[in-house]
Amino acid sequence: MTDTRKPVESLLTDYDIFEPSFIANPYPGYSEIRESECPIAHTDRYQGSWLPTRYEDVVALAQEYEVFTSRGILVMPPPPGQAEGAYGGVAAPPITSDPPDHHWHRRLILPVFAPQAVAKYEQGTKDLCNALIDEFIDKGTADAAADYAQHIPVRVISTMLGVPFDMEEEFTDWVRGVLENMHDLERRKRSRQSIIEFFLAQVEDRKKNPRDNDLITELLNTEVEGKKVPIEYVLGVCNLMLVAGIDTTWSAIGSVMWHMAQHPEHRKQLRENDDLWPTAIEELLRVYAPVTMARIVDRDIEFQGCPMKAGDRVLMAFPAANRDPRQFENPDEVILDREHNRHVAFGSGIHRCAGSNLARLEVRVALQTWLERIPEFELVDPASVTWAGGQVHGPRSCMVKF
Amino acid sequence: MGSCHGHQMCAIAAPEVFGSDELGNATVLIAGDIPAELEGKARRAEANCPERAIIISE
Repeated sequence: MTDTRKPVESLLTDYDIFEPSFIANPYPGYSEIRESECPIAHTDRYQGSWLPTRYEDVVALAQEYEVFTSRGILVMPPPPGQAEGAYGGVAAPPITSDPPDHHWHRRLILPVFAPQAVAKYEQGTKDLCNALIDEFIDKGTADAAADYAQHIPVRVISTMLGVPFDMEEEFTDWVRGVLENMHDLERRKRSRQSIIEFFLAQVEDRKKNPRDNDLITELLNTEVEGKKVPIEYVLGVCNLMLVAGIDTTWSAIGSVMWHMAQHPEHRKQLRENDDLWPTAIEELLRVYAPVTMARIVDRDIEFQGCPMKAGDRVLMAFPAANRDPRQFENPDEVILDREHNRHVAFGSGIHRCAGSNLARLEVRVALQTWLERIPEFELVDPASVTWAGGQVHGPRSCMVKF
Repeated sequence: MGSCHGHQMCAIAAPEVFGSDELGNATVLIAGDIPAELEGKARRAEANCPERAIIISE
């Protein structure tokens, strides 16, 4: 397909997060903006957005939730006729919620994702990683993104939601329709519609046939101030788990596999030192943070000298913040035992990723299980790796041999 | 811990000192002074909190 987009004139005034070379490797571009006299870039593309790249600015934005609202969290405006945050009245709480509702929207789901709560998914995750590896280990080659990473979060989330594994392909397609191909407005609309229709049917089923130890049933029975939570909330949480829980974590796992394929010294370090794992996972999340969230400016404001208008979109480029040399020494280097790591791969402030402990577990178990079975591996051809990018960055094809 | 948003970086840096409540927010596991042998880890937790919510006083 010919790329018909107009060439980027200057990253500072005309960046394009969907431009193919930016998708494949956004870090030099982030660095160029960050180290320029104008570390908050602006573009008129896709109806306009701002792009802060310094750690301090990104964190300050995340903390100022009253000014930088979560009415919209995607850089692309919704298709004509669709509401900003919600589709058919269904949003993705608490990501798309603002205070005061944000408080209970978040409070209700946090216990599901606390460290002690997600620990019960460890063995299941390991089992499914092993089952995926069984499929290709004898071939001596595999696509670490498409044959491995891609299948892990979708199955974990399906388990949590109590929905069948055979929806995996549809879920993956819908989530990509919302997050990766958001400039294809028809596909985005169709994908959102499919997600809501699917979960509406699941909710109807749970109402008739309540299940034990089932998240959807539990959500339906949850009361806030003596009243059952609205159905839109339940649907919204299901939507959130799918959209926020699949593409993001799969991208992180894929990037980690891509990194490890090229760094035998890091594989060796992890093999030889079990104690290294916790900081290693945080370091990999710092360097390969997959997610960039967007915010909508509530009112005209000057932020770090930038005249932002009510309704403007602002990108919170956590991947750019995580490589700011003002905050991290040798920021582009992976240092598995990095001593100081205030990374914001999961964001910061009241909207910080609710599922982070699950994501960490999945990334760690995916890498541990792979290294146990396939200690030595390398890229087949670095140039053939393909990437998704924009607001979620990670490899979509990454052939390795072993 | 008012500004804790559950990053869990403290529990990763110093699991003997910091834990998690049912929401995934940090709890302090040690009453009173931090034992000398854990001070290094506690300082590391302080330096790793993205919300700067941990302040260790002398």
